Amino acid sequence: MTLTDGVWQQIFSFDNYGELLALVRNSLVAGAALGLVGGLAGVFVIMRDLPFAVHGISELSFAGASAALLLEVNVVAGSIVGSLLAAGVIGVLGARARDRNSVIGIIMPFGLGLGVLFLALYKGRAANKFGLLTGQIVAVDTPQMTWLLGTSAVVLLALTIMWRPLTFASADPDVAEARGVPVRALSFAFMIVLGLAVALSVQIVGALLVLSLLVTPAAAAARITASPVMLPVLSVLFAVASIEGGILLALGGSIPISPYVTTISFTIYAACRIAGRYRTRRWGARRTAAQPA
Amino acid sequence: MRRPGAAPVPRPRHGEPGAGAVISLRGAAVSYGERVVWQGLDLDVRPGEFVAVLGPNGSGKTSFVRALLGRQPLSGGTLTVLGRPPREAARHLGYVPQQAELSAQAMLRARDLVRFGIDGHRFGPRLRTAAVRHRVDEILASVGASAYADVPLGLLSGGERQRVRIGQALATDPRILLCDEPLLSLDLNHQRAVTELVDARRRSHGTAVVFVTHEINPVLGLVDRVLYLARGSHRVGTPEEVLTSESLSRLYGTRVDVVRVHGRVVVVGAPDDPATPPHHAQQPEEVRP
Repeated sequence: MTLTDGVWQQIFSFDNYGELLALVRNSLVAGAALGLVGGLAGVFVIMRDLPFAVHGISELSFAGASAALLLEVNVVAGSIVGSLLAAGVIGVLGARARDRNSVIGIIMPFGLGLGVLFLALYKGRAANKFGLLTGQIVAVDTPQMTWLLGTSAVVLLALTIMWRPLTFASADPDVAEARGVPVRALSFAFMIVLGLAVALSVQIVGALLVLSLLVTPAAAAARITASPVMLPVLSVLFAVASIEGGILLALGGSIPISPYVTTISFTIYAACRIAGRYRTRRWGARRTAAQPA
Repeated sequence: MRRPGAAPVPRPRHGEPGAGAVISLRGAAVSYGERVVWQGLDLDVRPGEFVAVLGPNGSGKTSFVRALLGRQPLSGGTLTVLGRPPREAARHLGYVPQQAELSAQAMLRARDLVRFGIDGHRFGPRLRTAAVRHRVDEILASVGASAYADVPLGLLSGGERQRVRIGQALATDPRILLCDEPLLSLDLNHQRAVTELVDARRRSHGTAVVFVTHEINPVLGLVDRVLYLARGSHRVGTPEEVLTSESLSRLYGTRVDVVRVHGRVVVVGAPDDPATPPHHAQQPEEVRP
């Protein structure tokens, strides 16, 4: 057996697949919820230009989760607390884009540092530590599931209520404000929703790779559609495909889940980008045809 | 122009008995700390009236727009829109903002922007979609933007985008149309198309137009009155009254010459004067039809 074969075995292996599948049923359910939440929130992350905020929030979410691990309390709750703190600070101090980026740049390393500190003090299983950063699939037990699904429901409800004015405020803030849309309040509310979505994603893909769920799917969808209905639908589809595909592929191998998820979502993005070039060209052609000079 | 079938809005016509001013300012002032932007401003805008707001950069045109939108508190005097504080009249005021850099908007289609104008401010899931879609089609047709209704805004030209913007502003069937530099960076044909759209609307619906512009000539033939802001002071009157050497010299506190050539107004000598960007002096505009 050559070295390549060994590596391949570590990455892709489908021995005893049926038994393994039963073990990760919870993860698959959580993954579907996450894909839904991440895909929808991602639409606004793209519209509002918040990818860096997602990254900043995820580091504080990681700090919260590792503190919870150390204190032996619920890890999901810990990561939600960390996320909300970060989202709140960014929402209050970073109303303008320029301020926002420096605020994020300041809290992100602080959060990561705290997380490292808590993990260093933690004497439990090493896999738990690593999982917070790079993701895990079998860690989703039943009390955590309740948290994950409950928080997803809150996020989905909040997004359903504020979807329309939030889209207006994100895409066209001047006119939205003139029409009486509470632009600032919505901006803060979305940061909180985003905090929850990040905390959820951290549980599965890990703090370092949250962007692959909250940014890549929506960015890919935006490449191939401008329809306000198709954009969230495709974004959710891509996010669910990335995460469920990642779980199913990671199952047999012995490496963490995140490389699978990130590779699938990146591949989707690349494909959409190429497809998007044809779309732009098609519009150009149609416009010339519709408007004879 | 066809009258779009929207929710009925009480709309006093020009000259109707009891038809008051749609915008009313009395001794209005805006200042930032010590610096007075403008003060003592008395102005009544009547239904169907076309008021151009002129002035150099920093003279308070933007504060004026923001005040009308209820986003700039006055430091003195009063301002009412349709007899109410401006914020409460937001629904009856169509706003065409200054063209900003497109980023997030570039993802949307023309029809989505117009649709925001109708129901973008409402919370909760969208109901009655067929009726709204029909209305959006009507509006797009009325501003001549049907051909590119489904094209993302990022792929439209400045002039096309401005038509869509005007459609959005008219979506609520407003009684006032507030346009902030709507002709900026448009070529002459598009300037004419946009001003004609605005003019047609005020003639058919008696919509009052407040038109903020750095250049009066493209709208000179349409303007009823001018509000000229400069140096913390202002002049209000017909273009013939305000755009004279004497009036502007007093306003600027220095000698300013106003020359009329081929139906165009050229202001010479005003410090940073907006009415005569240098390229226009060399490149006279064609006479409007």
